[in-house]
Amino acid sequence: MPQYLLSVFQDDEAPLPPPEDIPGIIEAVGAVQAEMKDAGVWVFMATLTDAGSATVVRGAADGGVSMTDGPFIEAREHLGGFTVIDVPDLDTALEWARKGSAACTWPVEVRPVADGPPEP
Amino acid sequence: MGASEVDVGRLLARLHRDEGGRCVATLVRVLGDVDAAEDAVADAFERAARRWPEDGVPPNPGGWLTTTARNIAISTWRRASTHDARAAEALRRLESDRDAVPIDLGDLEVVPDDQLRLVFLCCHPALHPDAQVALTLRLLGGFTTEQIAAAFLVPTTTMAQRLVRAKRKIRDGRIAYRIPSPEELPRRLPPVLAVVLLLHTEGSQASIGPTAEIRSLATVALHLAEVLTTLLPDEPEALGLRGLLRLHESRRPARVTAEGDLVRLADQDRSTWDAALLRAGLTDVRRCLELGRPGPIQIQAAIQAVHATSSSLATTDWAQIVALYDQLLTFRDDDLVRMNRAIAVAELDGPGAGLALLDDLELDGHRHLHSARAELLDRLGRRDEATAEFDRALAHTTNEAERAHLLCRRHAVGT
Repeated sequence: MPQYLLSVFQDDEAPLPPPEDIPGIIEAVGAVQAEMKDAGVWVFMATLTDAGSATVVRGAADGGVSMTDGPFIEAREHLGGFTVIDVPDLDTALEWARKGSAACTWPVEVRPVADGPPEP
Repeated sequence: MGASEVDVGRLLARLHRDEGGRCVATLVRVLGDVDAAEDAVADAFERAARRWPEDGVPPNPGGWLTTTARNIAISTWRRASTHDARAAEALRRLESDRDAVPIDLGDLEVVPDDQLRLVFLCCHPALHPDAQVALTLRLLGGFTTEQIAAAFLVPTTTMAQRLVRAKRKIRDGRIAYRIPSPEELPRRLPPVLAVVLLLHTEGSQASIGPTAEIRSLATVALHLAEVLTTLLPDEPEALGLRGLLRLHESRRPARVTAEGDLVRLADQDRSTWDAALLRAGLTDVRRCLELGRPGPIQIQAAIQAVHATSSSLATTDWAQIVALYDQLLTFRDDDLVRMNRAIAVAELDGPGAGLALLDDLELDGHRHLHSARAELLDRLGRRDEATAEFDRALAHTTNEAERAHLLCRRHAVGT
């Protein structure tokens, strides 16, 4: 089945949810993850640390390397986490994205993975 | 018996208009790929143009085109399958799916739902609204990219890129070719209704092309509205759409002459209305009222119902129509609705009142705004200004029948 990348985008300037809501949000996100696993569509999920902790690496063919501190794209919005799911079509992926977005309170970008993994 | 090339050319132009969309809809189902379907259908039309003048027109031209398009797609994929994994996969799927490989013409009969599937695909909410309309015009309406670009007032290359991007998203995103489930429908329906309404509007008052109407487009729109209503008998907006289109179509014989010329509302012969279709439309509107969940399309249908139950322009209940436009504004607050409301106010309170309302609108360059202003200025005896407004309307009108009508009106006012 085709895979889709669901990316959670966080806006640095948007107000954060109040602290007392955080446990509820974590629980809701966990519930969607569990539901994905039960449905057999879950492939991989990761929550990322703050974008400021990113390092950009440029490797050269001769083994040389240059590094810059901070995320590649300077923007207000940052990738906060992502999930990869394996579902039959876009509508199914969009429905999981809706659930995920409602649970984590951030917008979710749905992007098809270019080609399914090679058939065994 | 051979047919002349001219006759075949004319027949193919008609088939492209009337059957092109259905042919593509079936091929998308059979092939599972929009681009392949479009290319194959275009190739089949080309092959027909070469062969029919010599071999004669087959007994079932639509079926011949669909079968030929399918065979062309199969041989294209077969050639490509040696170096293209996607083509090989498509070929394997097509050949393993017994239902999709018809033995004869009969099996390629169009599934009535194909066009509905295609319209839900074209109007998928993951696609940009402009792309939804463009795709529907292209795939279901059989319009060329040039024509769609002209209607959207963008360069052809821009429209071509927009269409390519939308089709790529359908393919890479794997947007399913199916009718949405009952749970999904409330969300999926509004864009479809909007696009079907737009197809009908474009079909009954074409913004492009030589004729006032594009009948095939209006017919496809009414057909889709009927299929949607059958699918969703208790969905008031779908029912409202069918009622709206039925009422509109029932009055068509009075609106356009046999020669294809436009007739003003004031000059229309109401005895030529299609009484049966009109009754059917009124029944739809009444049923909408019973359902008690008003929406923008139902209100437009109710406005049509007021027109359709009036015996003349003078006895039309304009107060009721203005009230309905006020209600429509609570759903759709835009200047086009305000323009139509202003035209109704002109009938109720006089041309001066209507003109004052039109002056507030920011619709400069909209052909109907300028022609409406021209008509009201004429009624106020402000002939020079009316002529200037007709000129502005003409500058923004690309439809030839409408241009002829405007020129004729401009001439009448100017003398």
